[in-house]
Amino acid sequence: MSNELLNELTFFVLSIFVGIEVISKVPTILHTPLMSGTNAIHGIILVGAIVIAAGASSPVNIILGLVAVTLATTNVVGGFVVTDRMLEMFKGRNQAQKQSTAAKESTPAK
Amino acid sequence: MNILIELAYLVAAVCFILGLKQLSSPKGARNGNRIAAVGMVIALVATLPLLHFTPAGVIIIAIGVVIGASIGSVGARMVKMTAIPQMVALFNGVGGGAAALVAVAELLSFGQHPALAAALPSVFSIVIGSVSFAGSMVAFAKLQELMTGRPITYPGQQIVNGILAAAILGFVIAVLAVASIPFSFISLMVLALVLGVAFVLPIGGADMPVVISLLNAFTGLAVAASGFTLNNFALIVAGTLVGASGSLLTKLMSDAMGRSLANVLFGAFGQTQAGTAAVAGKEGRSVRTGSAEDIGTLLAYSQRVIIVPGYGLAVAQAQHAARELAEVLEKRGVEVTYAIHPVAGRMPGHMNVLLAEANVPYEQLKEMDEVNDEFKNADVALIVGANDVVNPSARNAPGSPIYGMPILNADQAKNIVFMKRSMRPGFAGIDNDLMFDPKTLMFFGDAKDSLTKLVAAVKAA
Repeated sequence: MSNELLNELTFFVLSIFVGIEVISKVPTILHTPLMSGTNAIHGIILVGAIVIAAGASSPVNIILGLVAVTLATTNVVGGFVVTDRMLEMFKGRNQAQKQSTAAKESTPAK
Repeated sequence: MNILIELAYLVAAVCFILGLKQLSSPKGARNGNRIAAVGMVIALVATLPLLHFTPAGVIIIAIGVVIGASIGSVGARMVKMTAIPQMVALFNGVGGGAAALVAVAELLSFGQHPALAAALPSVFSIVIGSVSFAGSMVAFAKLQELMTGRPITYPGQQIVNGILAAAILGFVIAVLAVASIPFSFISLMVLALVLGVAFVLPIGGADMPVVISLLNAFTGLAVAASGFTLNNFALIVAGTLVGASGSLLTKLMSDAMGRSLANVLFGAFGQTQAGTAAVAGKEGRSVRTGSAEDIGTLLAYSQRVIIVPGYGLAVAQAQHAARELAEVLEKRGVEVTYAIHPVAGRMPGHMNVLLAEANVPYEQLKEMDEVNDEFKNADVALIVGANDVVNPSARNAPGSPIYGMPILNADQAKNIVFMKRSMRPGFAGIDNDLMFDPKTLMFFGDAKDSLTKLVAAVKAA
């Protein structure tokens, strides 16, 4: 087994423990935002998509790279923005009140 | 690999871990999401100097980022709060699809006989990423009501799924041991897509949040596998973090519904018959309906009212009307609380989000364990567009698909007012005995209109 693979396996195993430990006390009301937040984090596949797209020259690789980058960017951007929108609702009561009344005045309902 | 890049990846990994940590506490959640986003930017920027770009590469990256960022930001901003679960499913699916495509591109570059250590994670990423993509799309279709939310089952379904899984295993072995050629891994991808669809079809719409969470964990693992293929530390760590925390979260979610994960995923098999049998013999039972004036008076002269919100409230955007009613009642000295079932609406926390938007004081929102003993002292349980979460068959009908799910004890209140659009069964597709309870008054109509009428009726009482 190569040294690099061994290192990677170490990171992999330790990350499993950290991933479990770090969210073990999440309250029910945060389940959905947390799911959405982790969803945004696996958008890191954009790094992989950029790596394969960067060197693309054959038509097949160009198409694969383009689609992969598009999908991964959608995942990252959409994931973080939608999580932020959800969590906006949980913010400090007074601030939320001001924001929502301001929003109501500026935009007609629905 | 460049030391600086590795260090940047390390910083990004720390950001992800801190972000997750904060996301799991109410105070820091929003901050946590931002920390994770910062980590993402660091990882992306650090990757760029490492690469040798072809002209075509630069162009497709630019186009892909612009299109993806537009779809992602516009989609996430425009979506209504009620439609957020399916939006998460969509964003998760595209991530899984991207992971599978990255693995395909890598396999293409390896030639016919790649080393096992490189080919194995690629194959894993193709299968899991494709299952996640296709499964998420079905989940999206179910929640968006592009297709029925009921479990779809047919005879021999498990056999078909078994054959699919076996065929996938066969192609995995073919790619690894015989020859890694486009025909074999494209077939693998197609089969995995079909399996993803077949996997989610038999699961009911009400269970979709759990399924999305599971597929989210899948995508994380697919990303980690792609990281092994590309020897990329950031992908391995971030993907694994999501895979591990997502798996635990999936378990916590099914626990909150009082069910095992296996029951959620495979419970539809053999249960549909029992469900329909239970409905038989209930024809001809009558329900009591009340006018707005009746119910307004009942509420106005109560001491304790517990509001049970559900998906109907979310659909009708009735959260502001609900708060208004609560305020009118409180002015008359009625004590009002909201009973929040962990899975009311279509995602855990859905009701908290909506009611918070309408500025309902946080202290009035009570979780199930806290509020369940209070129902017997309540004069009225006012059920607004909820159904399955108060269905007594979860307690006393072992054949019911929701049997065993903890429910709110709304049936113990002295009076029950059931606000609903129609007699149609709820999302799980089963009848609710509570509607036929002699203590129950039905009040049909759109939740927002009905609540507005009740506000007027209480004021007049």
